[in-house]
Amino acid sequence: MTEGLALHWRLIPPRYNLIGNTCKNCGQRFFPPRNICPDCRRKSRLERFKYSGEGEVYTYSIVRVAPTGFEFQKPYVVAIVKLKEGPKCTAQIVDCDPEGVRIGDKVEVVFRKIMADDDSGIIKYGYKFKLKK
Amino acid sequence: MTKVAVIGIGITQFGEFWERSYRDLITEAGINAIQDAGIDGIEVGALYVGSMSPGLFIGQEHVASLVADNAGLTGIPATRVESACASGGMALREAYLSIKAGAADIVVAGGVEKMTDVSTEAATDALAGAADQEWEAFHGVTFPALYAMMARRHMKEFGTTEEQLAMVAVKNHHNGSLNPNAQYRKPITVDEVMKSAPVADPLKLFDCSPITDGAAVVILASEERAKKLCDKPVWIMASAQASDTLALHDRKSLCRTEAAVKASKIAYKAAGVLPKDVDFAEVHDCFTIAEIMAVESLGFCEVGRGGKFTEDGETSLKGRKPVNTSGGLKAKGHPVGATGIAQAVEAVMQLRGEAGKRQVHDATVGLTHNVGGSGASCVVHVFQKEVR
Repeated sequence: MTEGLALHWRLIPPRYNLIGNTCKNCGQRFFPPRNICPDCRRKSRLERFKYSGEGEVYTYSIVRVAPTGFEFQKPYVVAIVKLKEGPKCTAQIVDCDPEGVRIGDKVEVVFRKIMADDDSGIIKYGYKFKLKK
Repeated sequence: MTKVAVIGIGITQFGEFWERSYRDLITEAGINAIQDAGIDGIEVGALYVGSMSPGLFIGQEHVASLVADNAGLTGIPATRVESACASGGMALREAYLSIKAGAADIVVAGGVEKMTDVSTEAATDALAGAADQEWEAFHGVTFPALYAMMARRHMKEFGTTEEQLAMVAVKNHHNGSLNPNAQYRKPITVDEVMKSAPVADPLKLFDCSPITDGAAVVILASEERAKKLCDKPVWIMASAQASDTLALHDRKSLCRTEAAVKASKIAYKAAGVLPKDVDFAEVHDCFTIAEIMAVESLGFCEVGRGGKFTEDGETSLKGRKPVNTSGGLKAKGHPVGATGIAQAVEAVMQLRGEAGKRQVHDATVGLTHNVGGSGASCVVHVFQKEVR
């Protein structure tokens, strides 16, 4: 999927710096950030929250048939990472043997190129994770 | 409120048809359904059509009017319903609700997708639209990968094996071999599934449903009209729908499809039946793990036992709870918008006793379970045959 320039630009804080939010009313944390807390709704009091980037692999897969824009990366590991502060997010696990990732492995965030759009030429960056030594 | 019956069914062959268009497919299914209902067409009061992504597959939106126009039904209210892979089931539900509400007496519910006019890559990208584009697909996650991540958790938490996943595909290919409309009519073995190309570990090619062209249509009628027009009505005893978070990572458990649990609970209550009363079910096996999670979510077995339940043959044609007698999405094919309606067509065939070699003996109650995306939407219908 081709993303427009403005779409990617809007998402720079969470995608570059793992900035999500937290609800001051109930204490829940969100990543990616939400516009309202799904439990408190109108009573939500959302504040910006920066995640440490530490977490563990909750589940994973090795993508061998890649979507458009990711053909040259395959095979690559995608995972749902449970962040230390609570929420889970989807990202790639890099700098490792794809066969070597397991549920429960400790990971830390890295800043990487995600993909480049053919037609618009935008290079998109964002978070990936690597295994913690 | 009136009861609602299915009085006519129509379906096309499912497969890859370079010679046939979107409108060819839905028109054929529609004509078959109108003929089966024994009506003229003039009696139809409204039309709902499930179609997930015609804009990306054939560059066409505004398809409800296109379908009404091509079916010779111009003038009636025509509405497209979209809920990713559950679009068809949701169209059926909207049609059902419009009769319940008294807005019309006879309503057409159709589903159609023409997926092979674009490359496999483009079709895969279109399907990825059912995931969260900004927070899942952006990272290179494919649909097989989302289900693979559910499978990994299921294997970790409950000891489900890759062989048990393969057994779902083997069973559904066997059933598909008995369905003349199925895309794949060739039985396969566990060994063949295990040796098929890896797509997103632990899922392999034969764990995945195919890209398919096809359409299906059912004609619904109010109780009064059904009794006049039809000597073999199949009653829709319940229609229930639920939603869940769009992104898989926001779910509390990846081993339970919460929307399916909620929708089926509501449906069982409305129909006055229990999971044990269901004689057969058509469930959303877009991937083999999805069927294992479906039989658990629908209460056919305990959570975590879906793999063993399959391995023990309980879901086979001769088992206690035949699942996907049509071949399922896996072997019958998965033209996404058509799938929910095609499930209803199979349920009606079974309840009428018209399912040929795959007929479930003495089938009285059937259930269909249609899921959107990685589980963010689910619609469940319970069907019952006329008891005289």
